[in-house]
Amino acid sequence: MTIQVKFFASLREHVGQAEVEIAESLVETVADVWSQTTKDMVLPENTLMAVNMDYVDASYQVKAGDEVAFFPPVTGG
Amino acid sequence: MLIEIKKSAFEPYQRLLDYQAEAGFSGKFGATAVFVGSMREFNQGDDVDKMLLEHYPGMTEKYLQKISEEASNKWNIFDSLIVHRIGEMLPNDPIVLVAVWSAHRADAFDASRYLMEELKSRAPFWKKESLSAEQERWVEKNT
Repeated sequence: MTIQVKFFASLREHVGQAEVEIAESLVETVADVWSQTTKDMVLPENTLMAVNMDYVDASYQVKAGDEVAFFPPVTGG
Repeated sequence: MLIEIKKSAFEPYQRLLDYQAEAGFSGKFGATAVFVGSMREFNQGDDVDKMLLEHYPGMTEKYLQKISEEASNKWNIFDSLIVHRIGEMLPNDPIVLVAVWSAHRADAFDASRYLMEELKSRAPFWKKESLSAEQERWVEKNT
């Protein structure tokens, strides 16, 4: 059972990967997902996080099949 | 209520006319509020040659739909249209079109302002500029 993890924009370049899969058994929260997939890189302060395309905070509990995303503040429009 | 993400250049005023011609509120609306955002040839004191607009496919559409529904619950409007460009673009290219139709002006003005402000703070788009000085940088400030 896995979790799909995505990184966007400057954060993708910062962590050096766009997409990765991790085992659900390794993580409980979104913060754990960050640590596991980035080899404990420091989470940039203004990072936004989403689970299944809804904004969440770092303490949000993840489950198998979730899609977790990390990205910098948005700059559209 | 329509959301469109465009990979190539679009003509916002033509799109507006086409949408309005097909919409089901003909003869009912007395107000149309329109916002068009375009790419500048300068930002933060530097000349910008081109720009790459990245988005999070799926989440972008979900949030544009969400804010459109919020606007239609908050104000008395007939319809709204949001068109947003992605990919590589040049100065003067339209980036975004927001249009709102209502019976009277206040609802159209307020709802269109709401859509633009919410789009800028919640829809997952990111701009990367290519400067004339052969540098690239991600835009960090949402002005």
